[in-house]
Amino acid sequence: MKSAYDVVIAGGGNAALCAALEAARAGATALILEAAPAYLRGGNSRHTRNCRYMHDGPEFNLVGTYTEDEFFADLLQVTGGETNEALARMTIRASKDLGRWIEGNGVRWQGPLKGTLQLSRTNAFFLGGGKALVNAYYEEIERLGVDVCYEAEVCDILAGDGAPASVAFEAEGTTQIVQAGAVVVASGGFEANLEWLAQNWGDAAQNFAIRGTAYNRGRPMAKLIEHGARAIGSPHEFHSVAVDARGPQFDGGIVTRLDTVPFGIVVNNEGVRFSDEGADFWPKRYASWGGLIAQQPGQVAFSLLDAKMANEFMPSLYPPVEAQSIPELARAMELDPELVAETVSRFNASVQDGTYDPTALDDCRTEGLEIPKSHWARRIDTPPFLAYPLRTGITFSYRCLGVDERARVLVANGEPLPGVFAAGEAMAGNILGRGYLAGFGMTIGSVFGRIAGREAAKHALA
Amino acid sequence: MPSPDLIHEVERQLTVCNACRYCEGYCAVFPAMELRRTFDEEDVIHLANLCFDCRACYNACPYTPPHEYAINIPQAMAEVRVETYREFSTPSFLSRLFQGNTALVGLTALVSVLIVFGSVLALQGGDVVFGELTEEGSFYRVIPYTAMILPALLLSGWWLAVLAIGGVRFWRSTNARAGDMIDATSFWRATKDAFGLEYLKGGGDGCDYPGPAKSNARRWLHHALVGGVLLDLFSTTVAAMYHHFFGEDAPYEYLSIPVVSGAVGGVLIVVGGLGLLWLKRVQDLDPANRRMLALDYAFLLLLLLTSATGLALLSLRGTVTAGTLLTVHLGIVAALYLALPYGKFAHVVYRYASLIRYHVEMEREAEKTAG
Repeated sequence: MKSAYDVVIAGGGNAALCAALEAARAGATALILEAAPAYLRGGNSRHTRNCRYMHDGPEFNLVGTYTEDEFFADLLQVTGGETNEALARMTIRASKDLGRWIEGNGVRWQGPLKGTLQLSRTNAFFLGGGKALVNAYYEEIERLGVDVCYEAEVCDILAGDGAPASVAFEAEGTTQIVQAGAVVVASGGFEANLEWLAQNWGDAAQNFAIRGTAYNRGRPMAKLIEHGARAIGSPHEFHSVAVDARGPQFDGGIVTRLDTVPFGIVVNNEGVRFSDEGADFWPKRYASWGGLIAQQPGQVAFSLLDAKMANEFMPSLYPPVEAQSIPELARAMELDPELVAETVSRFNASVQDGTYDPTALDDCRTEGLEIPKSHWARRIDTPPFLAYPLRTGITFSYRCLGVDERARVLVANGEPLPGVFAAGEAMAGNILGRGYLAGFGMTIGSVFGRIAGREAAKHALA
Repeated sequence: MPSPDLIHEVERQLTVCNACRYCEGYCAVFPAMELRRTFDEEDVIHLANLCFDCRACYNACPYTPPHEYAINIPQAMAEVRVETYREFSTPSFLSRLFQGNTALVGLTALVSVLIVFGSVLALQGGDVVFGELTEEGSFYRVIPYTAMILPALLLSGWWLAVLAIGGVRFWRSTNARAGDMIDATSFWRATKDAFGLEYLKGGGDGCDYPGPAKSNARRWLHHALVGGVLLDLFSTTVAAMYHHFFGEDAPYEYLSIPVVSGAVGGVLIVVGGLGLLWLKRVQDLDPANRRMLALDYAFLLLLLLTSATGLALLSLRGTVTAGTLLTVHLGIVAALYLALPYGKFAHVVYRYASLIRYHVEMEREAEKTAG
């Protein structure tokens, strides 16, 4: 490692690597400061599996077309309008050459994974998933001569007026300084910073699982905000889904998520239902359940099913808790058996006969419940009965740095902070202020990572 | 059968994989896994033998150690395969003796060479053993035709029989139907996968072997090795025809078909074998399985010795060492044939059977989806 680089990049995931690739190809010397050790490198990108991008026709394994307007309409729908249209449209247009660019950097494609056919037109899948992509990029930046320092967490960024910036980072137990012609902040969000989560969520924060890396602690972002950078998005909000409560606190990734909800009922730890489990198709609903469970006492819930539904969903990582009767099942989950039995029998009594069809919004629904189940409602009456404990699994946080189209970090009055750029989750909230669109995090990270890398190199070499 | 602990461990790992499925595009293991929700012993054995040990999944996996899920599919599958080779090859006492026992394989080779050499010396005399072998029929002066061909036929019959019995037992154990073995489409697809080393291609760039970077080295070296073995088989067959139909006896002229094909085959085996040994030396050991490695070394070394002595015999047949080289060469071949069905070579049978079964299953699944 040298004492000065043209471009210093905080972070080691997709956005950081895209920035490094572009900066190095623009002739800049570059350093990646990755907070994680080498075997955990790659941030949340290591848990991703695809990238959404615009295309005019079939490309690689992608079928059909995906236009700017359709893409933007999808984004508007999930964000409810919480997006910066200019930045969003720029990102969508710039995504058009991502397929070839990503492949050009050693990533290979595969068809949509089984059970994800709904994404076959919009999302291209990385062969082997996100960690394979991360590995390919690391191999490529090594060829380009980019230096990488692992277990190096950026703790401060001091940008001068036109002068080179200083980046402070903690490594091997000491604080070290490296000089930078320009800085790219691509160190993710702050969802793994449990202390900060607790500031907004109190004790409940202890009950959340962080689905991705334990190293997204948000320090570079927080320091820049402290130094006057403009913050975008609410610090209280995050994207979350229902995960198996038995999973690890960090890094459970894709495997702990459960697709059981639409096939049974969900009760909280008081044995009571709290939301319509069959409101819509699961891909459209799964992201709301993280928040719903976060609102329940103890931030836990229990998905209850019977034998009829045991094979209707993707195989689960942890086996279900099984029992021959509902009270027995409740006791196994340490719930009040009478309350749960009461909830189940009221639900069963309200189920209307219909034709069950998991591939359609069928006519199996309840009648007369204050919280209905609108589709796929079937009586829970066939033993063995099954239960999965659920908790909130946070995918990412929305609060981030305000940026412009050149990925420059903005200060409160809207002026850019000289020589400081942001990419990936550290700025994704500008475009994705709410909700989520599958594979769009990788789109933002790739587009802005590339822009940040080019702009940072240009700034440093000017 | 593999120990219940091992089966349970693979089942645990596959349950994590089945909830993830990111590696679906790498090979046959994952699509076959996705047809199942639970994994019992026969599933584990079937899936393990489908695994080519390309290691792409290991490097792509976010759950490898030290993650608490501790996923290491290549290593676990290799462990099951080692057990498969041991359990399905008869007789079990020999199978147990040879397994993972490189020293014993070496000792067998040595004893075998000494027996051949000793018998020739005792029965034929020193001037034969220490004489040059150039004129036609001179090989049979060292070892008379019957003495050469009978043990060769017996030993060939031996390893073929052991492997055939193993294959049938393996096929039965996976609860596959007997008729599936002769499903033409699946048989053809399995053949293409096997001879093309389809699942070492890793999407075109090769597999993660010897290290995490993609490389086609292993695939090409394996092709060289297999090509060499097939050429040598061809050479031996042609020589046998010369002997039976044309009355021409070994040694043959340098530019004859048996000598050219045998020599090229020998060189290919040496190149492929040494290359594969080198890759094993420099490989990333984290996804490797040490018991399988011992089988690999034993088989490759024996094969290399066979080729090296064969090539030495060819190039030195005009010298006084020729008789000795011939006995050494035949002794090594005898040891190779004896140990063949208990070591790495067994993968040919079990991998092939698993590939056929895989294509049968996929065909059925496609019919189900279509219907």
